[in-house]
Amino acid sequence: MAGRVDALYFLLLGVSIFFALLIAGLIVYYAIKYRRRTADEIGARIHGGMALEVTWSVVPLLITMVFFVWGASVYFAMARPPEDTLNIYVVAKQWMWKFQHLDGQREINELHVPVGRNVKLIATSEDVIHDFFVPAFRTKVDVIPGRYVSAWFHATKPGRYQIFCAEYCGTRHSGMTGQVVVMEPTEYQTWLSGGAPEGSLASAGEKLFQDLACITCHRGDAQGRGPVLQGLFGKIVELQGGGTVFADEAYIRESILMPGAKITAGFQPIMPAFQGLISEEQLLQLIEYVKSLQAQPQNTNK
Amino acid sequence: MTPTVLLPLRHYLNDGYGVKSWLLTRDHKRIALLYLAAVTFFFFVGGAFAVVIRLELATPAGDLVSDETYNKLFTMHGVMMVFFFLIPVIPSVLGNFLVPIMIGAKDLAFPKLNLFSWYIYMLGGLFTLYALVAGGVDTGWTFYAPFSTVSSTTNVIPTALGIFITGFSSILTGLNFIVTIHRMRAPGLTWFRLPLFIWSTYATSLINVLGTPVIAITVLLVAAERLFHFGFFDPTVGGDPVLFQHLFWFYSHPAVYIMVLPAMGVISELVAAGCRKPVFGYHFVAFASLAIAVLGFLVWGHHMFVAGESVYAAMIFSILSFLVAIPSAVKVFNWTATMYKGAVSWETPMLYAYGFIGLFTIGGLTGLFLATIAVDVHVTDTYFVIAHFHYIMVGGTIMGYLGGLHFWWPKISGRLYNEALAKVSAFIIFIGFNLTFFPQFVLGYLGMPRRYHAYPPDFQVLNVLSSAGASILGVGYLIPMVYLMWSLRYGPLAGANPWGAAGLEWTTTSPPPTENFAETPVVDSEPYQYPARVEEYFG
Repeated sequence: MAGRVDALYFLLLGVSIFFALLIAGLIVYYAIKYRRRTADEIGARIHGGMALEVTWSVVPLLITMVFFVWGASVYFAMARPPEDTLNIYVVAKQWMWKFQHLDGQREINELHVPVGRNVKLIATSEDVIHDFFVPAFRTKVDVIPGRYVSAWFHATKPGRYQIFCAEYCGTRHSGMTGQVVVMEPTEYQTWLSGGAPEGSLASAGEKLFQDLACITCHRGDAQGRGPVLQGLFGKIVELQGGGTVFADEAYIRESILMPGAKITAGFQPIMPAFQGLISEEQLLQLIEYVKSLQAQPQNTNK
Repeated sequence: MTPTVLLPLRHYLNDGYGVKSWLLTRDHKRIALLYLAAVTFFFFVGGAFAVVIRLELATPAGDLVSDETYNKLFTMHGVMMVFFFLIPVIPSVLGNFLVPIMIGAKDLAFPKLNLFSWYIYMLGGLFTLYALVAGGVDTGWTFYAPFSTVSSTTNVIPTALGIFITGFSSILTGLNFIVTIHRMRAPGLTWFRLPLFIWSTYATSLINVLGTPVIAITVLLVAAERLFHFGFFDPTVGGDPVLFQHLFWFYSHPAVYIMVLPAMGVISELVAAGCRKPVFGYHFVAFASLAIAVLGFLVWGHHMFVAGESVYAAMIFSILSFLVAIPSAVKVFNWTATMYKGAVSWETPMLYAYGFIGLFTIGGLTGLFLATIAVDVHVTDTYFVIAHFHYIMVGGTIMGYLGGLHFWWPKISGRLYNEALAKVSAFIIFIGFNLTFFPQFVLGYLGMPRRYHAYPPDFQVLNVLSSAGASILGVGYLIPMVYLMWSLRYGPLAGANPWGAAGLEWTTTSPPPTENFAETPVVDSEPYQYPARVEEYFG
């Protein structure tokens, strides 16, 4: 991706240098050639020329449309992560980056990833808007409280790469930095096995699911007072009063924090709201648990 | 042989003396000078913050001031410069002085309202100065929520009120100009005989009247959320932080055109007078101003390409942003073409015009980088953006303003300034400006984020260059203060038309009488008609 962005950048740079030199050259040339020689000299009475006006409107228009199409298509690729991504959750807060691997490892201000893999970050903020920026990868995304945003990158060389917070977030904004550590796959495996005391994110979510008594209503056998969650993720959910919603991370988040916002068809709005009661990390564990449920065999789609 | 020049017996500067004659004046020319004093004050306050910022950034460690202080410095620099200098400067100073004279009127349509606008501006300024003295504010001039509404513990509300109040000054001045330009043109002065400065002032006034209410509402919502915890922007109480950005940029992107359109109008006048020929493609330049004013309202979303905007919305804002570049390019090409076969001057105002065209071109071209979504993702919120908008606002607006101030100074004061010093300082400003801001493009591409108090040592060389440039630029801005003040008392008398320029303002005395013209002028031709009028000036 960095290569594609840079190709476009340098084309823009080339075109800009051409036009800047053209204008500057003409100004200097005219200023010298037509300099006022006597105090009462008058310029030629030229009012304009349609052909020139059309040319210098249409040619820049065409050039900019090339930039538009090219820039939009590269952006399209940036905005759509490939299928086979290694997913990592990011929680930003004043003034640190917290990373949460699916296998359970947590890191602060340091993110270990394997070389040659598509890595997708799913990020949110605990307080104000931050921005996850890795200049070397040309990756930048605002991390906004109350929603999940995503970005992806594909590191091609092992090494350490600077992370900056690029959205002003208060007193120690310029200290909210970190590093992406890109490792060879084998080293990465060693690092992964190095420590995840609490087990995987999904298993932590499962425990929480029981502790918070979610399980009493959201049962796997369609007999509970809440919707069955097995196989929910990635499906279209029909809502009370018509309409549908795509069950992604944002939907699950909203349904936990503010369950009254969207009621699944056939159910009563009886679930308590968890807004302010659970942390962003716990939310991520629950979401990851719900996501893990779809692989289980007792899928009861009636 | 130079004919003896005499100061007119009666002019607006000797029509009454004393503080009261100024503070209660309804003369648009005196009000322009009240604004001149006020904006100059705010410019140097804002500039002082910039000096400390550049000193701090001369070293990678944040060792000169604390991070909290640094955040307040760039916030107050932005607030002062944007809301109290760049937005009002050209309309309030040059516009107030020139609009009635250029259209052959005695004053603006609503002279008392005009004075009231100045008092509103000063009241807003006082609120903001209070916020500063009371400890400052640290949200950045962009006031992004929810930081500004729930997180910051500084003086957000007084600053927001200052901006809210000052906005009414912009609205009322815009309204005054619109009515004046519609209703008070001299006999024979049809729309297409108007000087291009009037066209661009008109376009700017439209944006002021239509856009300013939105920023007023936005800052009120911020204050309300801070005080009463309404859930407008704070997601924990059901708000949407991105909504703030839509509201903020819906005004603040057009505000860029409020800053630069008047400067474009000034440049059209400087180029015409500097080449002593009509502006090439008058109609295209005039309509380009209106096109910029209209399209400028439709591109705000390009500030939010990385802020969770949908892919399709981003594409629409991208293509519209490219479209708004076209009328700007048309203007640059037309000014350049105006020089062809002109009698091209090397006097100070024209030096500023050259500077403006060059810097505005670089500012405009780097805008294309930011309109190209994929590239914007990398360079947005970095020093690339800082460099880009300083090229437009400082390289554009301030160069235009200083060029205009030098061009019309003999009309305003009746006296000439020291031309050699003026040329030297124009040159110093141009060099200092480029040394300050060009390295920042490179810094941004390399990844240095904006609003950083401390930075990795790799970025130091470019930052030192930038800080060195800023010190040169600062000197460049101080010199004109000195020789312009000096000229008020000791400068040689200018006479009605020292430049041999066309335009109604040059047909009246310097300084003009309070009622501008001894008798109402009658216009019978298009603007910038040099050969036809040559007899009047040099016969």
